[in-house]
Amino acid sequence: MTATPAIAVEKLNVFFGDSHVVKDLSFTVSPGESYGIVGESGSGKSTVLRVLAGLNRDWSGAVAILGESQPKLRSKAFYRSSQMVFQDPYGSLHPKKTVDDTLAEPLTIHGLGDAQARIGRAMSDVGLPASFRFRYPHQLSGGQRQRVAIARALVLEPTILLLDEPTSALDVSIQAEVLNLLTSLRHARKLTYILVSHDLAVVAHMCERLLVMQFGAGVEEMTAATLAARAPKTDYARQLLTASEGFRRAG
Amino acid sequence: MAVTSRTAWLTTDSPTSRRQARLGQLYRQWLAFRRNRLALAGLGIVVALLLIAAFAPLLAPQDPLAQNLPGRLQPPSWQHLFGTDSLGRDIYSRIVYGTRVTLVIVILVVILVGPIGLLIGAASGYLGGWVDRLLMRITDVFLAFPRLVLALAFVAALGPGLENAVIAIAITAWPPYARVARAETLIIRSQDYIAAVRLQGASQWRIVWKHVVPMCLPSLIVRTTLDMAGIILTAAGLGFLGLGAQPPIPEWGAMISAGREQIFDQWWVATFPGLAICIVALGFNLLGDGLRDVMDQR
Repeated sequence: MTATPAIAVEKLNVFFGDSHVVKDLSFTVSPGESYGIVGESGSGKSTVLRVLAGLNRDWSGAVAILGESQPKLRSKAFYRSSQMVFQDPYGSLHPKKTVDDTLAEPLTIHGLGDAQARIGRAMSDVGLPASFRFRYPHQLSGGQRQRVAIARALVLEPTILLLDEPTSALDVSIQAEVLNLLTSLRHARKLTYILVSHDLAVVAHMCERLLVMQFGAGVEEMTAATLAARAPKTDYARQLLTASEGFRRAG
Repeated sequence: MAVTSRTAWLTTDSPTSRRQARLGQLYRQWLAFRRNRLALAGLGIVVALLLIAAFAPLLAPQDPLAQNLPGRLQPPSWQHLFGTDSLGRDIYSRIVYGTRVTLVIVILVVILVGPIGLLIGAASGYLGGWVDRLLMRITDVFLAFPRLVLALAFVAALGPGLENAVIAIAITAWPPYARVARAETLIIRSQDYIAAVRLQGASQWRIVWKHVVPMCLPSLIVRTTLDMAGIILTAAGLGFLGLGAQPPIPEWGAMISAGREQIFDQWWVATFPGLAICIVALGFNLLGDGLRDVMDQR
């Protein structure tokens, strides 16, 4: 483990009006690590991700990305280092833009040349055939759309990828494909992941360490080994684990 | 052979250029539009209006301004298809030339109103806060008055004439467009695809112009087309009141107004321009309905 963490969050608090959505949350993620945040819906896990991405500007505490403390309004350089993949591939692609338009946009914004080659590379990296390049989102399946969303996140060559339930809107068979793609991309590019999910199986498969959240607070941080050994320390984490196992037996 | 290969090129699953993808999309919309008979009829009327306006000198047998006092108020005959008015001018020729006036009004109003309404609405909806409050209160002020009354007030202040009528109609027509664009923007701004562009570091101006506006455009185009009938009627209304096009310009509303005195004895003077307004307004309405079915689907 290196000295400067890729992501360091300290005493993060978020309020939506009167409700306290994230309470004194602190965690660090080392470079190249894959870190999971687990919790039921409403536990504030997606909000943490949106704060990290700079989409939510109403928070207090300290957030440092790659050793640099982040202001509420992020710089352009930040967006080159961190990107996000959204939950619903049906809502995260502009319906009136082709795959090519979608991938070219970040390159234009950051004034990067060589767009043709970069787009081609990003598409082949996520396993999209070149013939899909000028298709509209409505001509793609859910899994293909999510691949486009991943390619869009990767086209700026970030080192940190924030994944907001990237597979929960997809079929089970497609889920595995996308998860494997994300795993191999992480190894090939030495990416740091934060994966938010309610699915313990997905997190166990993808992450080395994970944080269990409940009502906006961190309940327990554990390693994947602890999860595999089914030996969480807190009651709530045990409950969550049993709940997901019960579901697995029934299904 | 050439036709089938062109269709294949348009409908292919894997276009090879942006242009092909876009044309393919348009072609698919056209196929959907073509299935709607009424919409096709509307398109036919609008195209006919354009053609008549373009070839007015060829279609009109007489000069629309030529007076012939001995032959005034003649009923429809082979020589004067729609009869003559109180100054002996051929009504058919005047209606043919009137298409030009109508088109000028419609096009000018659309050019003025569309972009203004779109930008105000999109900016208001996306930026929110005090910008939204200020712009929407201004919109409220304009919406508080009946459109024709407000247009009347503006023309009266600016002085009667075709240009002033167009300006007055434009000033009174933009608020509903701004409202529509704002409502659309409020839905669009919270979508993940907008969050994704924000995450790429795009400026607010870029987000509004390149990502929000294209999504508002279809409903605004539809609304414009449907509104066209109203614009024509407002223009005709102003003409009828003598505040629009000034004599001797052959404007349909003004022609009805001139035929008002003879409406019981010489019915044709007011009837034919009225029919022309009716048909053109209907055409735009049908076209708008068809466009809505094709473009506004989600």
